Amino acid sequence: MEAGILNEFRAIVGASGLITEREELSTYECDGLTMFRVLPLAVLLPTSTEQVQAIMRVCHREKIPFVARGSGTGLSGGALPVANGIVISLTRMNRILDVDLTNQRVIVEPGVMNLNVTARVASDGYFFAPDPSSQQVCSIGGNVAENSGGAHCLKYGFTTTHVLGLEVVLPDGSLVHLGGQTLDHPGYDLLGVFVGSEGTLGIATKVILRVMKKPEVIQVLLAAFNSTNEAGAAVSGIIAAGMLPAAIEMMDNLAIQAAEAAVHANYPNCGGLLLVELDGPAPEVETLMEEVADVCTKCGAWEIHVAQSDAERARVWKGRKAAFAAVGRISPAYIVQDGVIPRTALPQVMSEVVRLSSEVGLRVANVFHAGDGNLHPLVLYDDSVPGQDKLAEKLAGDILRLCIKAGGSITGEHGVGQEKKMFMAEMFAEPDLETMQLVRCAFDPENLSNPEKIFPRPRLCGERPGVYEPHPLEIAGVAERF
Amino acid sequence: MPAETGVTTHVSWPELAEIVGKEHLSAADTTDAIDGVAPQMVAEPGTDEDLARALRWAHGAGLKVAPRGGGTKLGWGNPPASCDLVLSTSRLNSCLEHAWADMTVIVEAGCRVGDLQKALAEHGQRLALDPLWPERATIGGILSTNDSGTLRVRYGSLRDLIIGITVALPDGTLAKSGGKVVKNVAGYDLAKLFTGALGTLGVIVQAIFRLHPLPRESRSLSFSGTLESLNQLLLTIQASKLTPTGLQLQAEQGSAQLDIRFDGTAAGIQAQVKQVQQIAGSVPGADAPASVWASHQAIWGGAVPALVSKFSVLPAQFAAVCAQVERVAEAQSLAWKVVGQSVGAGYARLEGNEQALRTALLTMRDQVARMGGTMVGLGCPVAVKRGLDVWGPPSDAQSLMVRVKQRFDPDRTLNPGRFLGGI
Ligand SMILES: Cc1cc2nc3c(=O)[nH]c(=O)nc-3n(C[C@H](O)[C@H](O)[C@H](O)COP(=O)(O)OP(=O)(O)OC[C@H]3O[C@@H](n4cnc5c(N)ncnc54)[C@H](O)[C@@H]3O)c2cc1C
Repeated sequence: MEAGILNEFRAIVGASGLITEREELSTYECDGLTMFRVLPLAVLLPTSTEQVQAIMRVCHREKIPFVARGSGTGLSGGALPVANGIVISLTRMNRILDVDLTNQRVIVEPGVMNLNVTARVASDGYFFAPDPSSQQVCSIGGNVAENSGGAHCLKYGFTTTHVLGLEVVLPDGSLVHLGGQTLDHPGYDLLGVFVGSEGTLGIATKVILRVMKKPEVIQVLLAAFNSTNEAGAAVSGIIAAGMLPAAIEMMDNLAIQAAEAAVHANYPNCGGLLLVELDGPAPEVETLMEEVADVCTKCGAWEIHVAQSDAERARVWKGRKAAFAAVGRISPAYIVQDGVIPRTALPQVMSEVVRLSSEVGLRVANVFHAGDGNLHPLVLYDDSVPGQDKLAEKLAGDILRLCIKAGGSITGEHGVGQEKKMFMAEMFAEPDLETMQLVRCAFDPENLSNPEKIFPRPRLCGERPGVYEPHPLEIAGVAERF
Repeated sequence: MPAETGVTTHVSWPELAEIVGKEHLSAADTTDAIDGVAPQMVAEPGTDEDLARALRWAHGAGLKVAPRGGGTKLGWGNPPASCDLVLSTSRLNSCLEHAWADMTVIVEAGCRVGDLQKALAEHGQRLALDPLWPERATIGGILSTNDSGTLRVRYGSLRDLIIGITVALPDGTLAKSGGKVVKNVAGYDLAKLFTGALGTLGVIVQAIFRLHPLPRESRSLSFSGTLESLNQLLLTIQASKLTPTGLQLQAEQGSAQLDIRFDGTAAGIQAQVKQVQQIAGSVPGADAPASVWASHQAIWGGAVPALVSKFSVLPAQFAAVCAQVERVAEAQSLAWKVVGQSVGAGYARLEGNEQALRTALLTMRDQVARMGGTMVGLGCPVAVKRGLDVWGPPSDAQSLMVRVKQRFDPDRTLNPGRFLGGI
């Protein structure tokens, strides 16, 4: 990178906010998906919105692509740098700016860790609902970009439900406010479009969150089945009975073994384990918990246990949330996938997964957000065996194709990023992708903000100037033109 | 009202008749006018593809198009700068796939909300939204206007319920985003972009929603008191562990009430009713008829000229908004009424002469803006609309919104002028 530009960057963020040494840069060469690595030209660590704007103005002027980065825990290569560009790390913008519990709003900078939001309001009985398993380390900015989910999103919705407003620096360095403290801002719901856009539309520098009151009672039930099919039937039974649990999670035997090895969650050794969490008014939870237990028994559960204390409940969840990392205990390497299927397709898709995995000769551990059909197949392989990584990649891809075929999606919460962009063309038709890119062209016509992600092919944003037609209000001198 | 283009004299309507079928293209009459702007023709295509082709044809012919569902909210927004053709979704009215075990539904844009709810109820489910005039309003219409009702407190608004969408663009493209699974982050969320876009980006032809079970039991109570005490009660309830599915404040000259609804199991409801009575203290709530939950619709009815504006503020600001409305109403000698949901959104109705309504709208809007909220003149006599933007002043995101509009509808074919800032 030219010395002049580097000097300019240094003047913006200070010497301590600019990284150019190869050694230090390598920390930023990948996110949680380590199979893709690219060294950026520089990493900048701004501490304010103004600094982010100044950096992006330089990038815009010099046509330097940039990639925003939170904690780098993303699992789809979203924060993977581009070779001729810079990384803008938001970790130093980590202040909680305002807490207004009367109106259940919290305003944060993007580098705040997800769990720190709940930690800040917990003593008053509130929580921030989106709870990705990585919540101790992932940033709110990353959650916004990925529209992250978690076990409790079944009842409470994903990040997008809990983000009311954003301050965003657009790729040309200008500042806009999308949404706000109040609901239904007049105009297009660009807030809804930005959440989940994976850093391709600009950088969020402030986030207005909604926090919720903790339920009166929370109970979690564990049910052991012989197979994931039986457990899956129980999930359908619970939903058909008209219940909306806070969470329904499922693990297969391999995943249970891994979790046991890692955190001793005290799970029964079974073919399919269901965790069902209910929350709400005490008498309601009590009644419904009995119904859940009934459904599970009818579907073949041979052990049912309701966690009795907060400590036990925490242990149950720790096992589930540790499941990804825990797979490292039973396999040297693994690929995590994130496909989604309609819940009812579970038995059929699972048996296909079993067939594929035995054909290839690789094990697949399964952790699901079963309530909403979000599968997390973990394809286990040995990276010291030549060629096995390619086999694993192919198997993971074939599982995604099963999801598409079943009418589902290639990603439920991890994002498309670098990893799955080729699958976008299998899930969507060309006109769908072209139409999505119209949004991109409106926000980022120069294609500078996290380019090369989400879409299999970038779109050239040729100007499509509208014919100038003055609005009557304009003629009347009341409203300004656009 | 000056027209944006003067092309409409040489239109070859038989071409359009060929696309949609002769019997589905008719001359417009006075009832088709939008805020007094009269279209020439009304087309009712029978398939998505036909609708897209009709739109493309109209775009090519340089016509201005107003998409229409049930026609219940055509008066929302600024008067159109021009309108040649109404593109009606009335024949795209099927519920295509109710996957009840997956709790999702694929529905065409022209399906009436009430018809959809009836079909869903057969499997004990519903779209957890109670918008205005469900017997006539269509899915495409409620989406385009982002309408919502009293269930919002618990289930959110349409943006939280829609999981997939198909739209037709002016160039004839039919595009999808999302899908039929509840959890899905593949690609941009165009469903949210089109929700509340007032038909200015494209025409919604199909939508997919997540569904919720119908409640097993339901019970509602109403509390009366002063506005301030009820606003306080609302906040106390919000800060409690209660989980109401409706929490609504109503106020008018000299009276105010707070309505609360609990759904769920009999035991759960009973326990919550007991708790809320304890919280309320000296003035217990009385059982309320289900009709209290139609108040947000009732406020739209009436014979005299009225202005119904939609406001959005923080929950703690309800009493303050009502006080503002009251002050403004008194200053202009107008009758007033407010119905708001605890999320902070509601309607304020003022009755009186047009000049007074206009002054009132501008004053209230300023005051609400000073509180950090917004106010839109939704139900607004045309005379009141003249010379002002019913949506209020644009934000710093306006030029970005214009760029979005320019990408989707570069020639301003769709509903020109009706949206914020002249979009
Ligand atoms: C063990 C483990 C468990 C996980 N479990 C879950 C889970 O249960 N659910 C789930 O949804 N995810 C999960 N994840 C994935 C990941 O933690 C989430 O995607 C998280 O939101 C990423 O946050 P981050 O701060 O690490 O973002 P990064 O990885 O740094 O970035 C992610 C994306 O966000 C963009 N970005 C970051 N900050 C901003 C900003 N301020 N403005 C604009 N764009 C920005 C980046 O460019 C990138 O595209 C898990 C990951 C791991 C490693």
